[in-house]
Amino acid sequence: MQMGIDLGSRTIKTVTLKGGSMLERRVVESGFEPHRQALQMLGEHPQARVVATGYGRHLMQQHAELDIITEIKAHALGARHLFPHCRAVLDVGGQDSKVILLSDNGRIVNFQMNDKCAAGTGRFLEMMAVSLGYGLKDFGIAAAQADAGTPINSMCAVFAESEVVSLKNRGVPPAEIARAVHLAVASRLAAMVSKTGECRHLVFTGGVANNKTLVAMLEKALGVPVLVPEDPSITGALGAALHAGCS
Amino acid sequence: MSDQFEVKSDPALWEKLGMDVARFSGMPPMLTNAYRGIFLSQQGRPEKMAYFDDMVANIHTGRIQEIYDAKVGGKPVIGTFCVYVPEELVVAAGGICIGLCGGAQGSIADAEKILPRNICPMVKSAFGFKVGKICPYFQVVDLVYGETTCDAKKKTWELLDRYVPTHVMEIPQMKRERDKWLWLDEVKDFKAAVERITDTITDFDAVAAGIKTVNAKRFALQRLNSLRHHNPSPISGKDMLLIEQIAFYDEPVRFAQKVHELCDELEQRIGSGIAVAPKSTPRIMVSGTPMALPNWKLHHIIESAGAIVVNEESCIGTRYYKDLIDEGSTDLEQQLERLTERYMKIDCSCFTPNDDRIAQVLKEYEESGAEGIIDYCLQFCHTYNIEAVKLREACEARDIPFMSIETDYSPDDVGQLQTRVEAFLEQIKG
Repeated sequence: MQMGIDLGSRTIKTVTLKGGSMLERRVVESGFEPHRQALQMLGEHPQARVVATGYGRHLMQQHAELDIITEIKAHALGARHLFPHCRAVLDVGGQDSKVILLSDNGRIVNFQMNDKCAAGTGRFLEMMAVSLGYGLKDFGIAAAQADAGTPINSMCAVFAESEVVSLKNRGVPPAEIARAVHLAVASRLAAMVSKTGECRHLVFTGGVANNKTLVAMLEKALGVPVLVPEDPSITGALGAALHAGCS
Repeated sequence: MSDQFEVKSDPALWEKLGMDVARFSGMPPMLTNAYRGIFLSQQGRPEKMAYFDDMVANIHTGRIQEIYDAKVGGKPVIGTFCVYVPEELVVAAGGICIGLCGGAQGSIADAEKILPRNICPMVKSAFGFKVGKICPYFQVVDLVYGETTCDAKKKTWELLDRYVPTHVMEIPQMKRERDKWLWLDEVKDFKAAVERITDTITDFDAVAAGIKTVNAKRFALQRLNSLRHHNPSPISGKDMLLIEQIAFYDEPVRFAQKVHELCDELEQRIGSGIAVAPKSTPRIMVSGTPMALPNWKLHHIIESAGAIVVNEESCIGTRYYKDLIDEGSTDLEQQLERLTERYMKIDCSCFTPNDDRIAQVLKEYEESGAEGIIDYCLQFCHTYNIEAVKLREACEARDIPFMSIETDYSPDDVGQLQTRVEAFLEQIKG
């Protein structure tokens, strides 16, 4: 049995594999003591070979006997497993956004990661949703249904928030602002993908890929279809579980 | 060893230098802790590192006392921020050339009271050290040598001059014949500025001696760098970086001798197969902007992630010591021309075009046996940041794993940099 555990900034994900097929997958909130939460999840499969990834991987290594890989490698492995022809991965999680380029045979040949800035991350979308009074799900739906017309100029989470507030105070409908926020994020992500060099056979992973409005906008900006796994948030945990099989 | 190490304090000396003693007294314990954690915790360090540990222990005391005594004895003490400084002329005048403080987060808030926030951390840190009176080196200099390698620096010197006399030299930004003549005139002006402090003229013999001394220091560093290229490496990248940083403030003759003693030990280690990390350890070369002491952030992240740094193509590294000055001049004018020629070989990113640097990076990559390049760029250092585009293209064309990072002195992005460095190592291992 192989298990991958992805300790992200917002959620902890586990994937358990047996004989190559998925036995179980779970997503829980990280909480205040992510390693305790994670250890409990590991305890349910004591015989599994475990590989940890994500923000909290080093923390886990202090508390349990396990190997670690970076989320960059984990998402590459997971995406490639789900889409064997994939040549590029866009992973947008809570804290980070990254683009990973793969060779024909799946080797990582290059990657880009946002610097210490929330622009274009799940956290950015979350903050904007909160300041508009939306839940995460409604946020994307509202954006999809809104009229065009309002641009958001700032991608700094702090400045964007004040921009949102000032648009609200000018009477711009919240849905229209939501659309503008989505467009701004999609265009930033598209630029990051284009700069890294490859946008064909692009797999979009991480929790933010659940946002269908954003995916559609990204496809439009890149001019190519974007592949999204059935449950994009567990791609890193899947990659870690796959790595547990070869380590 | 680790428990005995302590960065020493000398409040009486600091008082004499006009420092903010109350505030500065927190610095030595902080540095002690950082140094124990980052350097003394390493396994299998060469014994001859003891001298360099001692230089750090005396960074705010013994070495400052030496410099202070020289200054009281009428010798020029020049503070610098750039490898484009003709330190041979300072040594020729019997003086001391020291790289100034500019590698710490702690002084940036002082600087930001005056300077804009969005300029490079090195310039801000340095300026903050002076206005906060928290750098003994800054307090002991007769003048600061400033240059025009970037906009942030050249404009900051105008403000710094209010606190300490600042002599600015114009660095040409192209390498045509006329640029060389421009710089030769600047070198002559600098020589005159140094001579004004001592009130004497440095003659041919003095300049010859200065060139010889600084050549010997650079040669010692060349020898050390070629020994650390051995695989498995007999010395860590962190220790090498430290020595390169100390090269900017130690007494050059003693420093060269101590570097050679270390080199002798490293040769023995190589002969008997003693290394600081196994041969399979991923070997990383760092290129880009300099790391002023105590900026050890990137090297510490790389080596904590299980790799070893085997070269610094940087002003703190090879750019400082790769070229020597021809010692065969027969008159003073010729000496200054040879000196100018040597300095014009520095491939700082302020030059355009600067293809020599790309070629130099690739050459050093081969020589050091590195397996990947991490290009390091201090935030807002536009010339290096933009030059990374060409460097990336050159590396991609040769299948050299390449990653560029932009960062500052704050610890905010350490977690993210760890992830990027670890992923880069995974990429190299395949």
